[in-house]
Amino acid sequence: MRTVDRALALGLTEAEFALVCAKLDREPNEVELAVFSLMWSEHCAYKHSKKLLRQLPSEGPRLAMGPGENAGAVTVGDGYVLAFKVESHNHPSAVEPFQGAATGVGGILRDIFAIGARPIAILDSLRFGDPESVRTRYLLDHAVGGIGHYGNSIGVPTIGGEVYFEGPYEQNCLVNAMALGLARADGLIRSAASGVGNALILFGAATGRDGIGGASVLASAELGEEDAAKRPTVQVGDPFAEKKLLECSLELLDRGLLVALQDLGAAGLSSSSAEMASKGEVGLDIDVSRVPLREAGMEPWEIMVSESQERMLCVTDPETVAAVLAVCEKWEVHGTVIGSVTEERVLRVLDGDAMVGEMPVEALVDDCPLYDLTPSPPTSALYPAPPCVLGADVTDPREILLALLASPNIASRRPLFEQYDCIVQSRTVRRPEQADAAVLAMPGGGAIAVSIDGSGRRVACDPYTGTVEAVLECTANLACCGAEPLGLTNCLNFGNPEKPHIAWQLTESIRGLADACRALEVPVVGGNVSLYNESGGGPIYPTPVVGMVGELPDAARAGRSGFAVAGDLVGFAGPFRPSLPGSELAKLRGEELPSSLPPLDIAALRAAQRAIFEAVRAGALASAHDVAEGGFLVALAECCLAGGVGAVLDLGATDDLERTLFGESPGSGFVVSGSPDALAAVGELVDLDVFGTIGGDVLDVTSGRARVVVSLDDLRGAHSALAPLFP
Amino acid sequence: MRFGVIRFPGSCDETDAVLACERVPGCSATLLWHGDADLHGVDAVVVPGGFSYGDYLRVGAIARFSPVMESVIAFSEEGGLVLGICNGFQVLCEAGLLPGALLPNEGLRFLCRQVDVEVVRSSMPFTADCFPGERLSIPVKHTTGRYYAPPAELESLHAHGQIVLKYAAGHNPNGSLDDVAGVTNQAGNVLGLMPHPEHAVDPLTGSRDGLKLFLSMAHAHG
Repeated sequence: MRTVDRALALGLTEAEFALVCAKLDREPNEVELAVFSLMWSEHCAYKHSKKLLRQLPSEGPRLAMGPGENAGAVTVGDGYVLAFKVESHNHPSAVEPFQGAATGVGGILRDIFAIGARPIAILDSLRFGDPESVRTRYLLDHAVGGIGHYGNSIGVPTIGGEVYFEGPYEQNCLVNAMALGLARADGLIRSAASGVGNALILFGAATGRDGIGGASVLASAELGEEDAAKRPTVQVGDPFAEKKLLECSLELLDRGLLVALQDLGAAGLSSSSAEMASKGEVGLDIDVSRVPLREAGMEPWEIMVSESQERMLCVTDPETVAAVLAVCEKWEVHGTVIGSVTEERVLRVLDGDAMVGEMPVEALVDDCPLYDLTPSPPTSALYPAPPCVLGADVTDPREILLALLASPNIASRRPLFEQYDCIVQSRTVRRPEQADAAVLAMPGGGAIAVSIDGSGRRVACDPYTGTVEAVLECTANLACCGAEPLGLTNCLNFGNPEKPHIAWQLTESIRGLADACRALEVPVVGGNVSLYNESGGGPIYPTPVVGMVGELPDAARAGRSGFAVAGDLVGFAGPFRPSLPGSELAKLRGEELPSSLPPLDIAALRAAQRAIFEAVRAGALASAHDVAEGGFLVALAECCLAGGVGAVLDLGATDDLERTLFGESPGSGFVVSGSPDALAAVGELVDLDVFGTIGGDVLDVTSGRARVVVSLDDLRGAHSALAPLFP
Repeated sequence: MRFGVIRFPGSCDETDAVLACERVPGCSATLLWHGDADLHGVDAVVVPGGFSYGDYLRVGAIARFSPVMESVIAFSEEGGLVLGICNGFQVLCEAGLLPGALLPNEGLRFLCRQVDVEVVRSSMPFTADCFPGERLSIPVKHTTGRYYAPPAELESLHAHGQIVLKYAAGHNPNGSLDDVAGVTNQAGNVLGLMPHPEHAVDPLTGSRDGLKLFLSMAHAHG
């Protein structure tokens, strides 16, 4: 086979191969070709998204570490910083959901402790097809099992997340995992290798043939029917090995033994070493014959690209090598000197005395061509209308409410989140379903709130506005806990960007993300892009997943979503202008997706959200909950369910009952409760109508001549519709 | 009083246990490394939750062979107080310090849930600060927590008052026989339980009910 054909088989284009030859001044050998094909893959080089991502704002007064390192970080007071990042593991999870999801968690946790932060929380964002389908049940059950297996075993709480079920994810599910870590501000470490003559030490699990070519084969191409054959490219996770790796890494840092630290993720040793060398503007010599192997007879190229999990690479002074190896010994992780830092900016791969590869670092990391997209809006609907499960003849609001509560996108996630340890590490102030965001206590008495969101169907309707909505939905969740946003991370899950309409979705979505972040003055501290999420059934809904961190000054005053005190008044706050097209009700009715969503006034919403978080953190409100999927009446039902108490409400007459009760406008409406004085005070800051009282065991809502009365038991029955999925 | 909390590779809740012990007035806590047979003169031992040695092979099966466990066994034989929580309970059963065994949950899944636990017996060092029948709100989180003992042994446990904690009616999360949540040895100085009292020591993070176990131990020590 000619080298060029091998390059094509590995995912490079002919032009890219020619450029590799020009950079080397010759054809690459086997090792070099393997390394280049991975370093220049979409997954590693972001070649179709890098130019667009430059629009995202990444500056802010609280920024401690911006994009470019393994994770971003913001300051959280008292000398601490909070690191966080979200990343996808979609294709591996579609092929082997348990290990795919588990290693997704393992990978994002390594990103966090690679910068010297102790992982303190995990969130997950999942997208599947129809929950009734055999395939979805298999994927969901195993992905949730995999996330739990890894997070629970390593002792990091999974404190929140979200899941949507939509047809376009049937073949290509999404598994995104977000992790947060806590560090002293002076304890962060970067990945830049430095100090000519310093030693390069690999520690952690032994290297095997698992995950070879994962980045190029799985992550950078569409899924096809022969994917079962790709299972060997999915890595196998071992949380116990990572637990030891984590403790070992943090002890090494604590003792001040390291110059640089980097985890091994996609493209294994190739990518981690090239990145370290590039950032440090140095070269590295790596002797693959010294790498501890899991199986005999591995070729040098296999060792360089293996994606075996639970491995780290560090740089240390020759004087401290023995001390580093002793700490590795204590934690029972292999620590092996595999190379050294060199002056010339070249990555040299040695096999004992033989030179088996020699590549300029710059060529590997910086010279991959970046492509301009050719965006073009679609001229006809890209996605079929969802199947109709609720006839248009059903107009009784009570019946619609129960159908929405039982629908897969709204029903209680308890059967999923009970499989996750949400309390280990003793920081969890608000657990799932207690508030709109998870809340963790911080060392100085304050707290952080975390939320992750992104409704692909809304983005499919209108990529720009749908993405703005995702950001505002996150900040609304934070506001209900009393938190002001500090920073944002994102994972952009899209189809094949070489297709003009997907390019258009991606371009519009990033523009929306950039505009929303700029208007809210929230920096993007890092993120991840997952493209080529397509299968025989077509592209997924464009799905930008937004993860956001906010802070509140007093953990004891973190907001709750459930009605709390019988006799308290219920109010509705915010510039809420609901609409039905693109809503959950429209989905249940099988309506076509609209081709646009109503624009949002970000400044007005920001002001309303500020009023909410100020009132919550002042302790004025007993509960706060934002109106999201399903609209106003669903939000009221959720407040009753979370608080275990009913309410009697009168909305007054309305000209369009269905739109008022079930229309949506993410991030702009809030159901709050509190004393009469408290609500009056909040009403000074934001539009607020008081319309009822908490008490009893029914939700009783009147509007003009219409009246909805539902018992808590009936609400609960409908809301637990997902339980049968986990018998 | 000084608590010692064992740290195996794969322990997850050892730091939480230390924080819980330190909430007891006049008490301190220190971590004990699994490879060190010296208990460093601690007054009571906590075997914490987590996944010691990854819980490969069988839960708790490898940890019991740790050098520190030899010393814990000797310590308990001299009447020292030993508290095993979750994985610690599993380890103590494997080590033969407690009767019975923990089997996979009825639902076969990991389950994290706040449950009510009833104090069956309060005339002992771990529960002296509770009254009989008191309900404690404490979380469970495990995959392998279904308590089992052969019928004759279970009867003997009841007869000797060794069943100290039970899940309240409707709160049994895992199918444990007779709703057993925590048992002691015959001497009453070793307690194992599946619920996590160290995660119920502060209303801010859920409940304060679990702290009573640590307070009781401190009072028993005097």
